[in-house]
Amino acid sequence: MLRILHDTKIDFIRLWKITTIVTLLFTVPGIIAIAISGYQYSVEFTGGTLMQVSFPKAPDVHDVRSTLDAAGIKGAEIQTFGSDTALVIRAQDPREVAQQTRGAQSVASEITAALIKKYGPKDKAFRVDRTEAVGPKVGAELRQKALYAILVSFIVTLVYLAYRFEWRFGVAAVIATAHDILGTLAFIKYLHLEISLIVVGGVLTMIGYSLNDTIIIFDRVREDLRKRRKESLYDTLNRGVNETLPRSVLTHTTTFACLVALALVGGEVIRPFALVMMFGVVTGTFSSIYVAPVVLLWIERKWPRAVGERGGVGPRSVRDTPSSTPQQPKRRKAAGES
Amino acid sequence: MATIRNRIILILVLVGASIWALFPRTIKVRELRNGVWYDTTQRQVPLKKGLDLQGGMYLALEVDESKGAVANKAEAIDRALKVVRNRIDEFGVTEPDIRKVGSDRITVELPGIRDEQRAQALVEKSAFLEFQITDKTGAFDKVMPRIDQIVRSKGYDKQAPGAAGAPPAADTAKNAISSLFTPGDSGKPKADTGKAKGAPSTKGAPPKGDTGAAKSDTTDTGVLNGANSGPFSRLIQQGQMPGEYYVSTSDVPTVSKYLSYPDVAAALPPGKTLLWGTTADLGAGANVTPLYVVDTKPIITGEYLTDAKPATDPVEGNIVQFTLNSEGGRRFRQETGKHVGDYMAIVLDGKVMGRPPVIESAIGTRGQITMRGQPLQQVQDLALVLRAGALPVPLKVVDSRTIGPTLGADSIKDGFNAGVLGVVLVLLIMIGYYRFSGFLAVVALSLYVLFTLALLAGFNATLTLPGIAGMVLSVGIAVDANVLIFERIREELARGKTVRASIDEGFRHAMTAIIDSNVSTVLTALVLFEIGTGPVKGFAVTLIAGIAASMVSAIFVVRTFYLMWLNRTRGARTLSI
Repeated sequence: MLRILHDTKIDFIRLWKITTIVTLLFTVPGIIAIAISGYQYSVEFTGGTLMQVSFPKAPDVHDVRSTLDAAGIKGAEIQTFGSDTALVIRAQDPREVAQQTRGAQSVASEITAALIKKYGPKDKAFRVDRTEAVGPKVGAELRQKALYAILVSFIVTLVYLAYRFEWRFGVAAVIATAHDILGTLAFIKYLHLEISLIVVGGVLTMIGYSLNDTIIIFDRVREDLRKRRKESLYDTLNRGVNETLPRSVLTHTTTFACLVALALVGGEVIRPFALVMMFGVVTGTFSSIYVAPVVLLWIERKWPRAVGERGGVGPRSVRDTPSSTPQQPKRRKAAGES
Repeated sequence: MATIRNRIILILVLVGASIWALFPRTIKVRELRNGVWYDTTQRQVPLKKGLDLQGGMYLALEVDESKGAVANKAEAIDRALKVVRNRIDEFGVTEPDIRKVGSDRITVELPGIRDEQRAQALVEKSAFLEFQITDKTGAFDKVMPRIDQIVRSKGYDKQAPGAAGAPPAADTAKNAISSLFTPGDSGKPKADTGKAKGAPSTKGAPPKGDTGAAKSDTTDTGVLNGANSGPFSRLIQQGQMPGEYYVSTSDVPTVSKYLSYPDVAAALPPGKTLLWGTTADLGAGANVTPLYVVDTKPIITGEYLTDAKPATDPVEGNIVQFTLNSEGGRRFRQETGKHVGDYMAIVLDGKVMGRPPVIESAIGTRGQITMRGQPLQQVQDLALVLRAGALPVPLKVVDSRTIGPTLGADSIKDGFNAGVLGVVLVLLIMIGYYRFSGFLAVVALSLYVLFTLALLAGFNATLTLPGIAGMVLSVGIAVDANVLIFERIREELARGKTVRASIDEGFRHAMTAIIDSNVSTVLTALVLFEIGTGPVKGFAVTLIAGIAASMVSAIFVVRTFYLMWLNRTRGARTLSI
């Protein structure tokens, strides 16, 4: 039989310093960049008008811009979308925000009118493929809802983990997930992806996927803890990660393959989602191997469990040194909080 | 052996049920062509496509308070909902979806519609309510031969399009009559129509019994029977009150089309207007749509109405009480005084709402409509109609999305391609790595795709573009359960256990991990379902359906395959995994 990474004995946890640095190097600049310049949000969140227009022949973007400027639609943002012949026009008309009496749709009709004047009749000279016109109130609601969703999914999974495992595992898994979210936020910033509902959907799916991965490893650790009562937690954690390694590689490869398929041929709308999830697979794997076990080890040191407590491993789990290493390692600080 | 047989039977039942759930079925579709409704039938897979896949328009509406605050917004939204529902027919939409979201918003989904301006204008327009007297002179019957003649001589009946063609329609019309007049038939409209009268007293009201039956002899049925052979008149059946006619619902498009020709319209009795009623008022199972002939000039319009509310009277049963302002009261008293014994159609936006009640006496500022024997729901509905006309609710669009049909078609193509590519990649990886066992997993995967689609169809969920992405993604995730199991089996084999024992142990040990991990994904998907709008909700639903299906396919189906294989090889010594 074909086997990859079979029976490995890699000391993953020992690498926590290096991986922490990697995480910090990746995440911190991104978070700083977000703090400075923020994100670009889709019209769903900001309110405003988006139109996707396609032309039989690639139009000159500058021409379109000056046409719209002349029609009094100021500050419209125009980008090509997928191919040269498709344009996306975003307009956040300040009038619309100022007085809600104007239907959001009317900006779209103004744009259409301007394009008809310049290029000719609609559906012949150009085609409107998509229009989104979102009032400011709906946008604000959605922003709140998205934030709320991420928080709620966090709490819900924490409760589930606390119920299924015990709080130490739960906290470790949640910290690992928080790590993934921060990493993904930085990733979104680096790629200049627009925050849309579909991207938020990607982040939430990523949370589920990453937790899933951590749970698989913790499940194995829990089993090994019961089986090998003599072994130190350090070794058990490493063993758990190593034992699940073939599974991790295979599952992540199949999921990644599907995401690559989506990103390559799934179309413009889905691509941001596929990209976020692709990163999610990478960071989820990383955090389940390097963050969650290390944090768990640290928690166990800080709050050692009593004898006979649920998850009943007894006092020997306080020993967090690898059984092969003679000297005491330095106090492990919050390695996973990056 | 018995367990294997049971397992196989169960799998076959599931597959059969899934195929049945997805089997293309014939559905009736209403289409608006050139301003006229046509009923056509289509065969299609019962999977609802979201607006982003088939193109269409989504609108979110709220009460517009820019021109003054609206008291009791929650109630106002209900009135607006009634008006919007009533109007959506004008769009020519096959499956419109109109619903109230929260307490202050209405969302409207109109598949296949692209004319934003018209759609917006229609839903934002305020409601118009009129009371019109139905014709009791049989004016329509008198002009019917003339209309038949026009239709025949101009050859309009020859142009009847496809499904709404004349010969089959005539049959349905006959069926409609026979079912209408069969006692106890569910399609039979309630004979007891409402009565409208002044609230304080019933004095002066001529005694009315079963109004529908009492009046049915006023028209010359002989004329009607004679005219029944005409291309137009054979589609029209006498109703149960003066000025009421029934048209078999499948003939409504044809009749509308005939009436839309200018020379037919010119032949209609002067001063009279033909208005359609609503099928819903005839009770469940009705296959006819009422058509009313009313005086063109309304006796009063909604602007004079100040309020209407449903009530229950100990003697009269369910009633709707309405109030007019003083000027309206004066006019109404005068008009209703002239029309005692006549029927008064309540017309909202050009459509007769409910069956016209009979006027029992002159009515002033306060009136009531008794709806003997009608369910409370219908009474509340009528009160809502009256209030909608009396207190129009200004609406504004707060969110609108339009997707062109080409973009939708492109999305389906892209999603399909991505799905195929993803499945092929997963297939290669699984068979390349796990060989025979991988092949079993791939077979299970194809069942997984079938089950997921069947679940979506079964729950009447909407397939959206993110939903397709969710399916593609969950193909990758679905094999995770198999990977977990296979890895576990490998471990057990490496420990020197027999093939059979390893398989048993592999499934048993992998189970907790599979369940825990799937539950966490379902939980986040549920949260996503809560916050998402249409397309993203679709993603959450597909993800949840996908996980449910993968539990069955990856665990139960693959296990069964193994059992079958073990049985056939009589306890194999080696397993290709």
